[in-house]
Amino acid sequence: MNVLKIENIKKSFGDNNVLKGVSLEVNKGEVLSIIGPSGGGKSTLLRCATLLETVDDGIISYMGDPVNFYDKNGKLCYSKDLNKFRKVFGLVFQNFNLFPHYSVLRNIIDAPINVLKRDKNEVISEAKALLKKMGLEGKEDLYPCALSGGMQQRVSIVRALAMKPEILFFDEPTSALDPELTGEVLKVIKQLALEKMTMVIVTHEMSFARAVSDRVIFLDGGLIVEEGKPEEVFANSKSERTKQFLENYNK
Amino acid sequence: MSIITLLSDLWKTPYGDMPILGTVYIFVLTLIFALPLGIIIALLRLSKSKIISSIIKLIISILRGTPLMLQLMIVTYGPTLLLKGTRFQFAMPNKLIPVVIAFSINYAAYFAEIYRGGIESISKGQYEAAEVLGYSKTQTFIKIILPQVIRRILPSVTNEIITLVKDTSIAFTVSYVELFTEVKRVAISYTSFMPFIIAGVFYYVFNFIVTVAMERVEKSMSYYQQ
Repeated sequence: MNVLKIENIKKSFGDNNVLKGVSLEVNKGEVLSIIGPSGGGKSTLLRCATLLETVDDGIISYMGDPVNFYDKNGKLCYSKDLNKFRKVFGLVFQNFNLFPHYSVLRNIIDAPINVLKRDKNEVISEAKALLKKMGLEGKEDLYPCALSGGMQQRVSIVRALAMKPEILFFDEPTSALDPELTGEVLKVIKQLALEKMTMVIVTHEMSFARAVSDRVIFLDGGLIVEEGKPEEVFANSKSERTKQFLENYNK
Repeated sequence: MSIITLLSDLWKTPYGDMPILGTVYIFVLTLIFALPLGIIIALLRLSKSKIISSIIKLIISILRGTPLMLQLMIVTYGPTLLLKGTRFQFAMPNKLIPVVIAFSINYAAYFAEIYRGGIESISKGQYEAAEVLGYSKTQTFIKIILPQVIRRILPSVTNEIITLVKDTSIAFTVSYVELFTEVKRVAISYTSFMPFIIAGVFYYVFNFIVTVAMERVEKSMSYYQQ
């Protein structure tokens, strides 16, 4: 079954048509990478999928359940209960967006306890297990400011995982990190891929995208220019635009 | 006349009022009402509705643009003068009530602008992270945004609180018995300069305590870097 299905979504900001009709599906256990030039619509696509932006046209569904629909007058409406859908996905931001006044542990457990209303002790023991898995054992009581960027990003991945999402989105998860710290975050994402976590990753790390993805989408000018298995897109690009983009990247 | 007589007069007036207590009442009650009221005004000021935010902006501008002394007189004498001769005619039973109302509204306007600056300084990412995690709007504000805002605005709030200590003396204009009212009376009746010195020392010590207390609060909140 599709975890996420996006049908022909369009989004503009004023005169700027950022998404001009994008459709995609993500199946359970699949890793989809979205690559493409800045301004091509990657982040907007992710923000629409995670309900941080509303689309102008097109339908988004999670687990076969549509988030938005056309009413009988043809007007696009969003579901009244968006939190139902927010429970299905998690989002890891480019600049982490951890809560600076909460300790590492509190950052992770607060939403499961206060939003999902789960048992506190159970959430704490899960959080500690996740931290251990991510190489963050013993950091529970530190504040985000005491951690390196790479550690902060791993904490934010744990924070998203603690909500037990069906699908995890990454918005350029390593763009705010220096090359030394990028590796530790990518390693964690690779680990999640091996565990068959369903993920959508917007990234500029081409070799990482190639290694970790089941499928790659090249997005440019608000449209999907090319889509396929990583070896197809990276080694045998059908479109000239994709070839040109990848060549510039390899320079 | 000895300094003891002066001090005892300032401690308790011949009518049995306690001037220092009067000053402390204005101070404490104004903070209790103005600090939360300021948050409400700041949120209305930031309302998406243009009408609400414009009305609040106008009210804040009037409250900050006219003297507190004038506002104090309007609240204290206004109702009595306006309703004179009507069947709602009344005399203000207690001066503390209008004084605290006027001070609270005036200070809430200043606090609101400080809160607004603080709220606007929190990055959009904090709201978005909370939204994606499913926090409600109220939860987001109370748990995520407000604690960070308070931390950031504390130095400006301390400034206002120090001003409030000194502004309590304005209550003498409506004959509410606070320290300055009594200082003036005693100075005239004893033809002595001494009461003014005592008043100066009092306000200074009061503010010294306020400053030390606020430094403690700031320190207790500085366990994380912004």
